Amino acid sequence: MNEHSDNSQLQRSTRRAFFSDAGLSVGSIALASLLGRAGHGASVFQRGAASQRGAASQRGGILAQPHHTAKAKAVIFLFMAGGPSQLELFEDKPLLRELSGQSTPASFLEGRRFAFLKGNEKLLGPNHSFARYGKSGAELSDLLPHHRAIVDDVCFVKSMHTDVFNHGPAKIFMQTGSPQPGRPSMGSWVSYGIGSEADDLPGFVVLQSGPRGPRGGSALWSSGFLPTNHQGVPFRSAGDPILNLQSPLGIDRDSQRAFTDAVNGLNALRHEAVGDPEIETRIAAYEMAYRMQASAPELMDVSGESRQTLEMYGAEPGKPSFANNALLARRLVERGVRFVQLYHTNWDQHGGEESLEKELPLRCREVDQASAALVLDLKRRGLLDDTLVVWGGEFGRTPMGETRKPTGRDHHIDSYTMWLAGGGIRPGITYGKTDALGFSITDKPVHVHDLQATILHVLGIDHERLTFRFQGRDFRLTDVHGNVVSDILA
Amino acid sequence: MLAFLLACCTATAEETPVSYGRDIRPLLAKNCFLCHGPDADSREADLRLDVRAAAIANRDGVAAIVPGDAEKSALVERIASDDEDLRMPPADSGKQLTAAQIALLRKWIDSGAAYERHWALEPVRRPAIPTDPTAERNDYSRCAIDAFVSARLAAAGLHPAAEADRHTLVRRLYLDLLGLLPTIREADEFAADDRPDAYERLVDRLLSSPRLGERWGRHWLDQARYADSHGYTNDNERVMWPFRDWVISALNRDLPFDRFTIEQLAGDLLPNATAEQKIATGFHRNTLINTEGGTKVDQFRDEQVKDRVDTTGGVWLGLTVGCAKCHNHKYDPISQAEYYSLYAFFNSTADSNSVPPTIPAPTAQQQTRLDELDAGLAKLNAELATDDRRSNRQAAWEAELLRRRDERIAGKDTDGANANWTVLELDGKSGSGATIESLEDRSVLVGGENVAGDVYELTARSPLTTIRSVRLEVLTHDNLPHRGPGRAANGNFVLTDFWFRTGDGRDLRFAKAQADHSQPQYDITGAIDEDLESGWAINGSPEGGPNHDRTAWFVLAAPLEVEDGHALTFTVQHRAGPQPYNIGRLRLSISSQEWRDAPSDEELTRLVATPREKRPLAQQKRIDEAFLRGDTKLAPVFATIENVGKMRDGLLSQVASAMVMRELDKPRDAHVQKRGDFLQPAEKVLPDVPDALPGFEPSESIRTRLDLARSLVRVDNPLTPRVRVNRLWMHLFGKGLVETENDFGTQGSLPTHPDLLDWLAAEQIHQSWSTKRMLRLLVASATYRQRSEVRGPGTTADPQNRLLWRQNRIRVEGEIVRDLALSASGLLSDKIGGPSVFPPQPDGVYAFTQRAKNWRTSTGEDRFRRGLYTFFYRSAPYPMLTTFDAPNFNQTCTCRDRSNTPLQSLTVANDASLVELARALAVRVLAEAAADRTEAATIEQLFRVCMVRSPSTAEADFLAKFLREQRTHFDVDGDAAGKLSPGELPAGVSTAEAAAFVATARVVLNLDEFITRE
Repeated sequence: MNEHSDNSQLQRSTRRAFFSDAGLSVGSIALASLLGRAGHGASVFQRGAASQRGAASQRGGILAQPHHTAKAKAVIFLFMAGGPSQLELFEDKPLLRELSGQSTPASFLEGRRFAFLKGNEKLLGPNHSFARYGKSGAELSDLLPHHRAIVDDVCFVKSMHTDVFNHGPAKIFMQTGSPQPGRPSMGSWVSYGIGSEADDLPGFVVLQSGPRGPRGGSALWSSGFLPTNHQGVPFRSAGDPILNLQSPLGIDRDSQRAFTDAVNGLNALRHEAVGDPEIETRIAAYEMAYRMQASAPELMDVSGESRQTLEMYGAEPGKPSFANNALLARRLVERGVRFVQLYHTNWDQHGGEESLEKELPLRCREVDQASAALVLDLKRRGLLDDTLVVWGGEFGRTPMGETRKPTGRDHHIDSYTMWLAGGGIRPGITYGKTDALGFSITDKPVHVHDLQATILHVLGIDHERLTFRFQGRDFRLTDVHGNVVSDILA
Repeated sequence: MLAFLLACCTATAEETPVSYGRDIRPLLAKNCFLCHGPDADSREADLRLDVRAAAIANRDGVAAIVPGDAEKSALVERIASDDEDLRMPPADSGKQLTAAQIALLRKWIDSGAAYERHWALEPVRRPAIPTDPTAERNDYSRCAIDAFVSARLAAAGLHPAAEADRHTLVRRLYLDLLGLLPTIREADEFAADDRPDAYERLVDRLLSSPRLGERWGRHWLDQARYADSHGYTNDNERVMWPFRDWVISALNRDLPFDRFTIEQLAGDLLPNATAEQKIATGFHRNTLINTEGGTKVDQFRDEQVKDRVDTTGGVWLGLTVGCAKCHNHKYDPISQAEYYSLYAFFNSTADSNSVPPTIPAPTAQQQTRLDELDAGLAKLNAELATDDRRSNRQAAWEAELLRRRDERIAGKDTDGANANWTVLELDGKSGSGATIESLEDRSVLVGGENVAGDVYELTARSPLTTIRSVRLEVLTHDNLPHRGPGRAANGNFVLTDFWFRTGDGRDLRFAKAQADHSQPQYDITGAIDEDLESGWAINGSPEGGPNHDRTAWFVLAAPLEVEDGHALTFTVQHRAGPQPYNIGRLRLSISSQEWRDAPSDEELTRLVATPREKRPLAQQKRIDEAFLRGDTKLAPVFATIENVGKMRDGLLSQVASAMVMRELDKPRDAHVQKRGDFLQPAEKVLPDVPDALPGFEPSESIRTRLDLARSLVRVDNPLTPRVRVNRLWMHLFGKGLVETENDFGTQGSLPTHPDLLDWLAAEQIHQSWSTKRMLRLLVASATYRQRSEVRGPGTTADPQNRLLWRQNRIRVEGEIVRDLALSASGLLSDKIGGPSVFPPQPDGVYAFTQRAKNWRTSTGEDRFRRGLYTFFYRSAPYPMLTTFDAPNFNQTCTCRDRSNTPLQSLTVANDASLVELARALAVRVLAEAAADRTEAATIEQLFRVCMVRSPSTAEADFLAKFLREQRTHFDVDGDAAGKLSPGELPAGVSTAEAAAFVATARVVLNLDEFITRE
């Protein structure tokens, strides 16, 4: 990036020279404003100029004004894919420990469907010690030691619940408000609604760590029926972050500049001939593509971060990890990216090989430090005030054990824990309660649609008013449900 | 734009009477129907305004609408009220009527408050063709379409654009009709053709090209949500291309749209349905299949049925029937019960979140060969049958076997003679927490948890580098119930699926399976058919009970090559019923040879020991075959039979299995679902179409999918003809006459040219639903032939070009971007159909998927096939297609977006597969250049190959300058030149020269115009 800016003056003059040498008049189209950074306020990612549905063609998002004052500018969603066990991490249930190994009272099982359980399973007490931390006295198990440092910045929601119990559909539900693939993801809605402030990066970026991709796949960051320029762009942690970022072999940075200038120069001539504003968008897109070839690798290269920062996250430059991605998430929002989805996989502790004893502590070690570091790092840089961090999975896990060796827990959709921090959320509180065994919510339930409504709310968006007409219906992220959880707002 | 339309409305409101359909219904629908519309459940104050009788009904002395008297109408009082608490629509609804709108409503009521049905539900009429204001313009007005369009333009004070030049027209037609570039020669021939019907001749030639089926087939495949994988998390591959090829062929032979509809929705129910007609029903087999662990089949079957209803509604009716899933439709006349009546049509097919039912889909060539082989076999079998001494010889042979029983040594491998088996050392893992222990004889013994539907994953390192056959032995053991070999209470098991995956991600499924014994109804083939409902079990044996060692043999269609020591992971999946039916002990062996059924003498003796009349058919067959192999007289005949049979099997294993619809013998009941939840059935419903559509004649019998299909294409169906012709229009003009092409309901947009739409709909039926004739009519119009430049008064008066004062510039779809580059490069393969292909794609595509897909990059001709043949994984589609707005096809797509993003720029600029084509384009142009051709002529050639037209002087100079600079650059940087230039240079061209040309060709391929239909 730096190298690029050093050269940019030279390149601009070269470009000018190129056009004048070729005897070209770029006439009505103000090429300088198309090619240059100045005067080009919104990223072309947000310029749905080609939208066939008459939608977002404004600079930025479709909303000229936010529906109300926004508290947050950006969202980082730390998605713990697979469903972390709230009973091992956040919810101490002494009664469950006491009754461990006993039959589950039938009243708890009636009318519930589970993915794998048959109904004869025994209750399972957690094998970890819990204590209360911080001024807020938040409950944490010994699996999350680094979280102790952030409990007073965080709002724990103990009363999350969802509708579907298979991984793929439940993740899609969390991100799109519907369990079937095909609806726009939360990040796409946000990008569609309020655009992005990133100049040479996409407004909605997806990162992934862990041995495999999240179940649900690209439906999780799909723009659904919204214009496709709002879809999430996956950034790979190794190699090129974006596909086709490298110029072809034999084309160096200067040659790519010459190529871009030639394409844009000829496109400008064509624009002059046919007058279609779509060609202006294409010119801007080529310019942005050229810039991204430098800005994306620059973004991904964390070697310039201080040793202290790297240690704080536990990140090692060049080594893909959750820690690296958490740090990248901060760098992304610093650069104006609106929405970052960050997946860390394999939280699916059914027992057997996916054990609560071995695998769960490993997952915790992989994310605990960096999750806390992200909050602290954002805070010390003054970014936490307008960045919302969300932590959690698609569902939680059952209080009764799933009969495998060793025993694990099945998917539980009726109560689980997530946390939120920053961006307009009240810090240092615990919201909602579950019963003594952790089966059901006893106080202040928060449905996935409520969480979605709340996330949009802190961004200045009314979830009932950000809609898109498709197949005859005004669709929205929260379907026909969802209430903003105003008690957790700062 | 809206302002413009409203201005038109107000301007004309003075002279023309208020129309309910055009002016009033949209107002009421948008502002009132949500609470005062068709849905009784959300109705407020028991008032509905969508039905005239209810709206004018006297309610305690007041009526919402008093026809002829706006001032007495309660509706007017409420909408015009100054009192915020009384004013409608309520403030908190976020809706508001303008003064002009209120005036319009007053005027409508004063003039009698006449209601009309929603325009799209009115019968299609054939309007009179208006007088054409441009009739004197001999460069214009070629057909009725133009009269409708120019009349509307004249009313708005606009004029149609002039006809585009010949080179633009020929490129436009090629792109629209075929999705390919014309050659310069084809283009110049047309430009020089001065016959009056030159254009029509060109159109007719293109309409008869087989490329038409590919281009227009792709549009249809979008609606069919065609893909080559199951979707969801695992996203396994499926064979769906026979359906894709059916679509291409149907369009090429111009199968009329009514037949086209009926065969796809219900081809299987036609009398004497042909294989082709069954393959057509693949349309609705394009639904997703979820194979994730722990999925409930009933849940996903329900999803699939709903998707079929929604897709049918959107594709044929342009109605958003899906809105009535959870409640009555809020705006359109579709009740929730009617939704589930449509559901009932699709609720009784045999598929259930499964691949089957399938049918073999041989190509014509394969079918001919099969017929030949079958005829040969019939002749040979007749020879066996005519030997009347055979039964005596066989009886003697069987007796001899039994006599020698005790002389033989026991313990010989029962099938050792046919294949050299290598026993695998297995490392097992249970999906449900069972323990898997390896025994000394390399079998594995399962213990501990015994959960229904357990899935074992058994991994071994392959000692062989070629694998053709797999042997599964299920073995008894003292630890198992009744000694097993299964873990069910009686020692049985049900194996529902058996396959394996290589360490490099290839999924291997078996072409053939045989067992030494299968329980009736639980044949071994149930273990390889990708249907989790069917499976292999071993009770009901001649020896009695299930508790015997059994062997099953599995054969791959073709030998599999792997590296020595490569990981193989076998999946052993059991039935997920209420009780566990898991295998208790098993052993796996592999062989590089194709296993064939030739039992040992010991095995034969065991088989013939059963008295003939008690032998199951399969057992008798094995005995007969063994006899025939050894019989001096018949062995040569039988050897030929076996050889021919092997050829036939070989051929059959290459024949694709097409997923099809099949009706169950006994239909499933369908119910209204409370809140759309299949776990909450309410009243039962029978298959039927919504009341708003032409209904069925009364009949005793239950309606079928065939009845539904026929009703969709009835000539008096008001929706299908309009929806269909609107979509054809959309592809040729950039947007439909009804812009909301998938919503012809009250919430959709009104047609910009209602009379034209109806005239075309009527004409389409008049033309017997021929697609080609309709396309011909549309592209022959002067409206279509207009220039596309964005110039003139229309740019301000009608910037969206709704009135069609010019053609639209249309950026082509992702597949066509690739096709154009292929056709420019000269590398395009002209092969039509067949399995999907794997063109090169960038690394890193699978970084975000559950598992890496086996993207076996195609070589040879298949590397250069048209974009629509690219293998489509729903979870990780070919990146270029997604970047250019191809959806994931998780649901029907009736209209694609056309975005314009930097990721597209990166793709065309840098993607290796496109740079490869830029290289080929450069080589082609250089090679075609005559020795004496100037640089300028070569540049012109390059430009024209891509754009057809000649470059302007400025453009030519620009390119020439770029070329010179690149040449200078590559002269200096030989290393870079070597990397960019093609491997083989045309004669007499230096590396630097070639690289400079590649760079220039790359610029041309990246121009906006290249991927735009002007």
